Amino acid sequence: MGLSHCRVRGLLMLRLQKLTKTYKTGDQALKAIDLEVPKGQVLALIGPSGAGKSTMIRCINRLVEPTSGAVMLDDTDLTKLGPGALRRARREMGMIFQEYALVERLTVMENVLSGRLGYVGFWRSFLRRYPQSDVDEAFRLLDRVGLLHMADKRADELSGGQRQRVGICRALIQNPKLLLVDEPTASLDPKTSRQIMRLITELCRERGLAAIINIHDVALAQMFVPRIVGLRFGEIVFDGVPVALTPEKLTEIYGEEDWEATIEAVDDDEDVEAAQ
Amino acid sequence: MPVLEKDGAQIWRRHTLREKLVRWFGWLLGLLVFAICWQIISESTTWFFVWDAPRIANDIWTRATPPRWEYITQLGRPIWDTLNIATLGTIIALFLAVPVAFLAARNTTPSALFIRPVALLIIVSTRSINSLIWALLLIAIIGPGVFAGVIAIAIRSIGFCAKLLYEAIEEIDHTQVEAITATGASRWQVMAYGIVPQILPAFAGIAVFRWDINIRESTVLGLVGAGGIGLQLSSSLNVLAWPQVSLILLVILAAVVISEWVSAKVRGAII
Repeated sequence: MGLSHCRVRGLLMLRLQKLTKTYKTGDQALKAIDLEVPKGQVLALIGPSGAGKSTMIRCINRLVEPTSGAVMLDDTDLTKLGPGALRRARREMGMIFQEYALVERLTVMENVLSGRLGYVGFWRSFLRRYPQSDVDEAFRLLDRVGLLHMADKRADELSGGQRQRVGICRALIQNPKLLLVDEPTASLDPKTSRQIMRLITELCRERGLAAIINIHDVALAQMFVPRIVGLRFGEIVFDGVPVALTPEKLTEIYGEEDWEATIEAVDDDEDVEAAQ
Repeated sequence: MPVLEKDGAQIWRRHTLREKLVRWFGWLLGLLVFAICWQIISESTTWFFVWDAPRIANDIWTRATPPRWEYITQLGRPIWDTLNIATLGTIIALFLAVPVAFLAARNTTPSALFIRPVALLIIVSTRSINSLIWALLLIAIIGPGVFAGVIAIAIRSIGFCAKLLYEAIEEIDHTQVEAITATGASRWQVMAYGIVPQILPAFAGIAVFRWDINIRESTVLGLVGAGGIGLQLSSSLNVLAWPQVSLILLVILAAVVISEWVSAKVRGAII
């Protein structure tokens, strides 16, 4: 489904097949989700709270174990991997979190370098003796997001927007194929939210990265992301380009509400062109 | 329901009538128990000794003052032993408490069914027995002296440190652990990056807190022959050398005040 209107065409990189997650409590968070993400495509996952957005991206890198179904990353079924192979597969998937999830008491540099943990041995990481190439890359990334001067600061001294930038660097230094982004802007003010969304989508384009971005803010998703998938009660109820997201479709995803204002806000914005 | 309706107006009260009665009865019962206990204690008290107490206390006070200052030359070594017992005991306890805490914490234990209960048992059993009793046992096993004192303090402290530490481990922010796991880090790396930085302040606080307590506890270990200043205290008490006793108490007070000050400084610096 959905591939016909993807803007970026290319090789398939991620495919979810009948992905299902049922929690112990009996809640069915995902009901046989089928989704295909081509190489280099950024897609936004929207839907009400509890629709299964977070569960879905956590099932991809198995922070949450799926109950059944397959997650194909290129040609590997991630759900079948043993612990060692899973760790190697996780290196290919960078993750960005809602509350940044930085290790608060470590410095910015340590946080960025922690993205390389899957590549270095325990003692090297424990003693903070990362390969020089990793350190170089960390400095390059911090420079790219404008935080080079903060490298030595402790993570808890940073503002929300700055922390999220560090989170982005940590995900990118993994040199991933795919970014899993969980509500990157939910804890940020509107201006910073836009900057962060712009940064993530720009970086994806620069590096040809595919990304799945969970996002509450429909207008923000429409502004920056070429493909939107709507989730409701663990099922995909919409998959298409931003302009196809009409008030009727939003009602289908979120329930009855006046959606005109949400959509107009996007049309007025020049960011739409910038993103496309 | 505390919300009642009366003459068409809604009235809100903190307790319903029933709750009020229950509370009133509870208080009555409490007072009754207190009165009965008072009577039992009073019956088994030899009041003559109690009425006599101020005179005796005054008598001891006059005998104990002034302290015998020249005795201090013999107290340097014992107080040094006491400090060493406390410090070494605390260090050994911390080394043993860290693995126990990780095995006991719900979110890090390898098996909640088998290993966690064992870890909890270690915590409870070491904590529940006073260090004086540990010392008595250890003296029987390894003979009297400072070493028995060190081990007694260490064993007694394992449970305390492990309990506070495993509670700190259970309260960490889980998303930081998730984030480190998502990078493909190994189990040990997740521990070193996701968990350890979060519990480090708690660990430092527990360490100095326990060291502070152990200085107090190690002052009495000598009473049973496990080294330190308590030995001088007990021999002075036995020969009724009250001026020496008062000096020893002053020295202990000084040591405790200093340890208090050090631990406050350390805690302030780390947290």
